[in-house]
Amino acid sequence: MAVDENLKIEMGKQGVFVTTLQELYNWGRRSSVWPMNFGLACCAIEMIATTMARYDLARFGAEVFRPSPRQADLMIISGTVTKKMAPQVVRLYNQMGEPRYVIAMGACAISGGPFKQGYNVLKGIDRYIPVDVHIPGCPPRPEALLDAFITLQKKIDAQSLTGENRPRHLNPEGQGEFPVPEQGEHDLEPPSNTLVWPAPMVIR
Amino acid sequence: MITPILARQEGWNRQPEIVPDGEGELLEVAMGPHHPSTHGVFRMDVTLDGERIIKLKPVFGYLHRNHEQLGETMSYLAIMPYTDRLDYFSSLSNNWGYALAVEKLAGIQVPERAEYLRVILAELTRIQNHASSVGFLIQDMGASGTPLMYAFKEREKILDLFESLTGSRMMCNYMRFGGCRVDTTAEWLNQARKVVAGIPAFADEFEALLTTNEILMARTQGTGILKPELAVNAGITGPLLRASGVNYDIRKVDKYGIYDRFDFKVPLGEHGDVYDRFMLRLLELRQSVRILEQAFKDIPEGPIMDPKSKIRGFRPKPGEAYGRIEAPKGELGYYVISDGTGNPYRYRVRPPSFVNLTILEDMCLGQNVADVVLILGSIDIVLGEVDR
Repeated sequence: MAVDENLKIEMGKQGVFVTTLQELYNWGRRSSVWPMNFGLACCAIEMIATTMARYDLARFGAEVFRPSPRQADLMIISGTVTKKMAPQVVRLYNQMGEPRYVIAMGACAISGGPFKQGYNVLKGIDRYIPVDVHIPGCPPRPEALLDAFITLQKKIDAQSLTGENRPRHLNPEGQGEFPVPEQGEHDLEPPSNTLVWPAPMVIR
Repeated sequence: MITPILARQEGWNRQPEIVPDGEGELLEVAMGPHHPSTHGVFRMDVTLDGERIIKLKPVFGYLHRNHEQLGETMSYLAIMPYTDRLDYFSSLSNNWGYALAVEKLAGIQVPERAEYLRVILAELTRIQNHASSVGFLIQDMGASGTPLMYAFKEREKILDLFESLTGSRMMCNYMRFGGCRVDTTAEWLNQARKVVAGIPAFADEFEALLTTNEILMARTQGTGILKPELAVNAGITGPLLRASGVNYDIRKVDKYGIYDRFDFKVPLGEHGDVYDRFMLRLLELRQSVRILEQAFKDIPEGPIMDPKSKIRGFRPKPGEAYGRIEAPKGELGYYVISDGTGNPYRYRVRPPSFVNLTILEDMCLGQNVADVVLILGSIDIVLGEVDR
């Protein structure tokens, strides 16, 4: 429930700050998203460049890169996820505490990118874990990562604490663990998590 | 040939103990694949006796992207953008190595101006690679942020040059068989001159900040010593080999391209430890500036593509060729076999990082577990190239 804007301004003139719990809660969460220090391939270098002086991710409250998934809120999948690496990525995601978010950075993380034809490349990490923001590019520019970050902040801001559309971490029935794929005979088993990624319908 | 004259702390050459002392149990630790200091997705299974490394087993393949297999299914030109993604720090050197191999295979000549452009871009790549690899090395040592920020400040200037010339910051895809893709302008050259003129000042600043730092000297001197005999026997190339004192630089040995026209020296280390590798990269950076200054002075006007080379329907005669260059990390070789069709019959990359990584265990034995990340950082690996 939002506070009436006019009332807010009027109260502000009197020196009283009015807000809702939801706004305060979301403001706190979006203003200090700690990403995980986790680089996979080429895009990781652009991710590092984004944190450096020129692009300065610290302006958005996200300069604290934590090497441990337990301390991180955001996982930036920066690069090609191979079939050997995919179980590790899902396991790391499982180890992160809620609320947690995922940015799939670059063509490889979205769909396998230029290496899609390869036998060892996962065709998109969204087959196993829910992805909040996709950034195309090979690699995306640091500005693109900043844009993805702002998009994620907007998404966090719009989340309501109650009701049907509340985020996973506020829902007691929300899914916490995501099944970790295993190396099968020819491919990863299962080839995708159908709850997260419904397989596309083939129309002949 | 120049050797750095450097201050050494007392007791830097103490001998590491390799045999377990028999007290207590051995501990096995898997470092990686998610570890902030493994420079990507790389795992080391280390066996520890207390803090000391008794055994180290590198495990790679976490970034195996089927580069060679994909190369055999696509046309010669289509492989070029994939070479960018091998060693993603130095895409232009990778382009050059592959172009060199195919030019050898098909017997294509490269015009003068294109050769100069290739030298300029390859040396700019070397500068940004060495600057950032030194920054990452210091970052691994625990100096979180500051030196890496200095390095990336310089890297961004060079990436701006790449972007204005090739259209991309990292994946440049610039070279073609028989030349380069787009010609440069006088403004670009002027801008590049300005950037290059600022690099010695950056190197001075970096050296003043770091080289005589007591903690850095204590951590790096005598750490990860690589004997020249072992380095030669294991096929190590690049700064790692030269830091051990072996004078081998493919720019001098092969004189590929037009490197015989430039006056530059090959810096050599004396002790082969992490400190020498760190210093050697800074010295090489200065030599690259020397090459660039000469190249800017001598670059001629003219075409940038051999008019006889074909872009479409490129089918070289059956045969095989090996082209190699001195990439920032060592000898980067491409081996291509043609059977007369539009795509190579066999395509193989000889990545410097992969070969340099093979002696990781020899350098780490007897060292502390905290020094492993340093030694790994001093090899300067890129996993895109190791796993391909």
